[in-house]
Amino acid sequence: MTALVYVVILGSVLVFIIGSVARAVRYARQPMHLRWELYPVPHEEPQRVRHGGSYFEEVDWWTKPRRFNLLGELRVMVPEMLFMKGLWEFNRAMWARSFPFHFGLYLLIATIGLVALTALLDLLAPCVVCDTLGMGLHWLYTAMGVLGLASAFIGAAILLFRRLTAEDLKAYTTPGDIFNLCWFIAAFGSLFAGVFLKDPDSPSTVAVVRAVLTFDTSVRIPGLLAMGLVLSALLTAYIPFTHMSHFIGKYFTYHSVRWNDHPVRPGDRIEKKLAEYLTYKPTWAARHVCADGTKTWAQVATTDPTHGGRK
Amino acid sequence: MSREEKKPLVHLENEDLMPMPHPLEDPAKDHKWSSLSSQAREKYECILDDTCAVNVPQPKTPEEEKELVRKFLSGLDKLFTRENNWTFLQPLVLTMEHCAKCQTCSTACHIYEASGGNELYRPTYRSEVMRRLYFKYVKHGGLLSAWQHGDIQLNWPLVARLIELSYRCNLCRRCAQTCPIGADNGLVAHELRKLFSQEMGIAPKELHDKGSMLQLEVGSSTGMNPMVAKDNIAFIDEDTTERTGITVETPWDVEGADVLLIHNAGEIMAWPENPGAFALILNAAGIKWTLSSDLAAYDAINYGLWYDDAQFARVAIKHAEAAKKLKVKKIVVGECGHAHKALAVIADRILTGDLNIPRESSMTLLRDIVMSGCLTLDPSRNNFPVTLHDPCNLVRLMGVVEPQREIVRKICPQFREMWPHGVDNYCCGGGSGFAIMSGNNFQDWRFHVSGRKKLQQILNAFADCLGPETLKYVCAPCSNCKGQIRDMLAYYGLWEKHRILYGGLVELIVNAMEDVKPGFIEWEWH
Repeated sequence: MTALVYVVILGSVLVFIIGSVARAVRYARQPMHLRWELYPVPHEEPQRVRHGGSYFEEVDWWTKPRRFNLLGELRVMVPEMLFMKGLWEFNRAMWARSFPFHFGLYLLIATIGLVALTALLDLLAPCVVCDTLGMGLHWLYTAMGVLGLASAFIGAAILLFRRLTAEDLKAYTTPGDIFNLCWFIAAFGSLFAGVFLKDPDSPSTVAVVRAVLTFDTSVRIPGLLAMGLVLSALLTAYIPFTHMSHFIGKYFTYHSVRWNDHPVRPGDRIEKKLAEYLTYKPTWAARHVCADGTKTWAQVATTDPTHGGRK
Repeated sequence: MSREEKKPLVHLENEDLMPMPHPLEDPAKDHKWSSLSSQAREKYECILDDTCAVNVPQPKTPEEEKELVRKFLSGLDKLFTRENNWTFLQPLVLTMEHCAKCQTCSTACHIYEASGGNELYRPTYRSEVMRRLYFKYVKHGGLLSAWQHGDIQLNWPLVARLIELSYRCNLCRRCAQTCPIGADNGLVAHELRKLFSQEMGIAPKELHDKGSMLQLEVGSSTGMNPMVAKDNIAFIDEDTTERTGITVETPWDVEGADVLLIHNAGEIMAWPENPGAFALILNAAGIKWTLSSDLAAYDAINYGLWYDDAQFARVAIKHAEAAKKLKVKKIVVGECGHAHKALAVIADRILTGDLNIPRESSMTLLRDIVMSGCLTLDPSRNNFPVTLHDPCNLVRLMGVVEPQREIVRKICPQFREMWPHGVDNYCCGGGSGFAIMSGNNFQDWRFHVSGRKKLQQILNAFADCLGPETLKYVCAPCSNCKGQIRDMLAYYGLWEKHRILYGGLVELIVNAMEDVKPGFIEWEWH
């Protein structure tokens, strides 16, 4: 039984990684689209970012050097990723529910990282974690874990409540959305209970993680904790196949769409890509498009749809 | 949406709409909406709401309906293939697959807000329909997918309503700006319009037959061929000379000019003072500039931007070819928001090779001229309340925010901002072609619903001086926005009763020029 729990945990992590990478690769391989940016674009010059301006505000902008304002991007990205600044700004009621949930997830991810680090140190250099550092790590991941679990659990519960009661959300909520939130509640609830209701003689969190990493099946994981681990692991594997993978999509919606203001320069990488796209052969059926499946985009774009009279 | 009953899904009354400030605060005194004619209802698919924008003929037989649904599905499939839609595939897929349905976008949408929060106009409503269709018919999701993403019944009434619903969005993308994930409901409306046009040949006649097709056929959506355009400009030159006391001559087809200026040809027809003012300013500043009389090159409009990639590319190429032929250094787009975005931004990844001729906004050129001091300006000539409308295409979608403000701040002592403004502005309500669409009773919808928020902003901006004793000016540096604002001010009698006039930016500049006879801005309704 313990082995099965390990297989589920390790397998789920693997599925999560493969699923997430596959999804990211799928988006990355899609053709470069026409420009569709939205201002403000934060990597613009600082004096322009303030009012949402672009390089188009300069006469002869193509003759001016363009500087990528990384700090400007970070100023937007970091608060957005950590604190969901956009939601705070535009939908405070949703932020109050969504932030505890997401921040709880971040804390849990950090907790897993710390516990895994402790377990590895314990395996590879036990003397390092046997003293003050070990105690420090123990208290840190315990505090983060408790706060993360509680925050994510409460966040999922109040998100579910809002989904079921708010008029503006109900009509757009599918059984799948309810199921997803219930899954979070069940997984975090059982993890929480599993950690805090376990027998004092049960293996510590670090011991469990170390056992998973070394596939040591001699460790006896309490039933409730095992259930929490399995539910959480399966949920992790499930996420890349749902809209909950928006942490992947968001990278592209921001960097490839909203903030993608790269102008085409003669002979540059973009122009080469465009040259390929213009050889695609569209099959749109409306007569005025004049796409018969043999003409390329370049030919379609230079076809006069009025030739020989209006079509 | 799938309801078989051939009746509209919603009906709005003035009392349902967002409250307005003084003097339009009483919904009972507001204009009654004119009803759709029984002829329109019998002939066309008008089963969405109180109006009808596209005039899709009703299919006569169930077989015809099935064929239309089949075409719709075929187009839907093509929207998600790289060969057919490399132009917008990635943002569309991202939007389809990541909306968290948090409804943050709804509070940003002026149409949803103005409608009093009617569900049909919620930005996610249209997208949710599209999303369910995507997972069911493009991704071929089965029961599990329906459980996860929601099911939908596809039939002809749904398609017919979706056609109309794709024309209840101004494509201003204010919703996208607020989306925490970056999903873009405006793009969904845009892509649906493309599907209907490029696969089914369905688009409002104002955009297609009388829009992009007319432009490609005779040179301008106004119907002006090059000769008529030249005649009209010659008349404008004469008129401007007479009004200003400065000889104005517009150069045509000057090879090797620094600037090819392209106006929205609607200015030539409806607001001749605008091209006249441009000519006067550019000449006074010593700019070597020209207009082009090549097909489509004297009309900056590009309606394909709103509904059809092929038409869009064709017009953009015509503009660039004219510039290439004249060997100009750059193209400058006149006061037309969508032409700015079309030519400077979106066409950037179409105009490759020798067609990649630099393109810029007239706002920056004008700002540099005004700030350079080469014109002698007297701001006291513009000593009346002025507010500035931000065209979405120019500001939120292109990032040209400050140049026009710098000018207005310099030459208009009583300038006041609308709130919000800049990249957070609200659409005029005429965006994405609505300003030129007036079939059936569509105007009623765009005055009462899509333009309502902008009108509220205008009234609020002039709240301290609404009385008729104070002349007021809404500066809208975009033909489309100007048309919408003109129509709304006229509809609500705001010029007659409150002396609110509208106009462009160059008119304010010329009005402030000391060398020009005073009174270039004529305080008359036009």
